Amino acid sequence: MAKMKRMLPTPTPETQHFWDGARDGELLLQRCDDCSDAYFPPRPFCPKCGSRKVSVFKASGKGFLLSYVINTRPQPISETPYAIAVVELEEGPRMMTNIVECEQTPEALPLDMKLEVTFEQQNDDITLPLFKPAGA
Amino acid sequence: MKQNSVAVVGAAETTDMGKVPGMSQIMLHADAALNALEDAGLKPSDIDGIATAGEWPTSIAHYLGITPTWVDGTLVGGCSFMMHVRHAAAAINEGLCETVLITHGESGRSRIGSSPYPMDTVSLAGQFEIPYGVMGPPSMFTIPVLRYLKEYDLTVEDLAMVSVIQREWAAKNPRSSFKDPLTVDDVLGSSMIAWPFTKLMCCLVTDGGGAIILTSAERAKDFPQKPVYVLGTGESVETPMISQMEDFCSSRAFKVSGAKAFEEAGISHDDVDHLMIYDAFAHLPLYGLEDLGFCKPGEAAAFIRERNTAPGGKLPMNTNGGGLSYMHSGMYGMYALQESIRQMRGTAAAQIEGAKISVSHGVGGMFGASGTVIFTNEA
Ligand SMILES: [Zn+2]
Repeated sequence: MAKMKRMLPTPTPETQHFWDGARDGELLLQRCDDCSDAYFPPRPFCPKCGSRKVSVFKASGKGFLLSYVINTRPQPISETPYAIAVVELEEGPRMMTNIVECEQTPEALPLDMKLEVTFEQQNDDITLPLFKPAGA
Repeated sequence: MKQNSVAVVGAAETTDMGKVPGMSQIMLHADAALNALEDAGLKPSDIDGIATAGEWPTSIAHYLGITPTWVDGTLVGGCSFMMHVRHAAAAINEGLCETVLITHGESGRSRIGSSPYPMDTVSLAGQFEIPYGVMGPPSMFTIPVLRYLKEYDLTVEDLAMVSVIQREWAAKNPRSSFKDPLTVDDVLGSSMIAWPFTKLMCCLVTDGGGAIILTSAERAKDFPQKPVYVLGTGESVETPMISQMEDFCSSRAFKVSGAKAFEEAGISHDDVDHLMIYDAFAHLPLYGLEDLGFCKPGEAAAFIRERNTAPGGKLPMNTNGGGLSYMHSGMYGMYALQESIRQMRGTAAAQIEGAKISVSHGVGGMFGASGTVIFTNEA
């Protein structure tokens, strides 16, 4: 089976800054200027208190493996089984991701393993943040 | 809502289920609706309220020849029908309509006249989940589970046991898709879908439908079937993104919906004789038992292993065989409601003798939404 292409995101006015940041190799989160809640996914207001006073900031890119599945059905991003994971970032928010530079097996993917962000360019506009074992 | 103010007076599933290549999606709605109307001794012209999901209410009203004064098209996935019951009860109590028809139909297996699956890259899920290779429930709904197993020191055998015990119930139901007994090894040895989930931990994909007719408890006494009263209801939503649910070991929507339903019904867990928890995948009864308050966090797996929910147990659960073994057309909530209604009428294939209160708990859009209906057969 030929390798299929990932479905790529279509940025909206509210998320464009995130994808611009990823293209530049930065993982951008947002923080509320009123209640200081750090949040994701992007939107121009705080989901905790509703304030429109929010700032974009660069995340450390560090986190840990919260949970995952290893998908074995024929799927868009790989011919072989691959993990679809959720990483919990140091700053608090969680995001879905794939784990790269790592075997895609339960043994190689213990929960709570430390992860760090890496970026994979898809085309001129879209670069996806992925995660790899910390120090890999 | 007011306890026991509204009752089910008609309920039926499609004439055939499983593989129904001779019917499109809208005809599955209509087939179930006509069966429910016959069950209630009504004609389409007697219906003045309509609720449905998966098809537009407009399409169903036109197809069946109904002129409604109340319409509900709430679509939040498989528990939409629990919410329809709740909304219908409020509407009937408010006098917006007298007799409500709720329909479901889905050509999940044959895919005849079914709604196309949208390829979304714009929504938040489209931008921040779809690119990572998720495609539908088997690779999404399952993501929180490894965290749940680790948190409570459980194993894949605990997941497999859910499928094994539900198959025991399915064996008692002539309409079940699968009836042969299963072992934990059978479940673990079936083909891998998305680690840690094997095929036998995932629901079926079938064709079918169901319909329910509700009216005021006062009018219900004049109908041919034994009335099944709506004692309490709940609903909530959390997030359309599995990665963003607050707690991977618990569903906020389950907790809010369940607590509301128990509060409205004014009952305790000991009062419950029969339970349906929508089991799209083997972990849902575990989350459901805990989030509804039947078990403490982390104790549902032992509760199931010790046969409390199995035939002969003190809390019979998913007595039709569930989405894992009975049928699952896509939005299974309707079939959970149908089994609760049959148990309250005393007509279920695996009837629980003397059952007076049944809880029917649904999930929708992964862990995105939840609806709960508590029925009783005592006015
Ligand atoms: Zn805030």
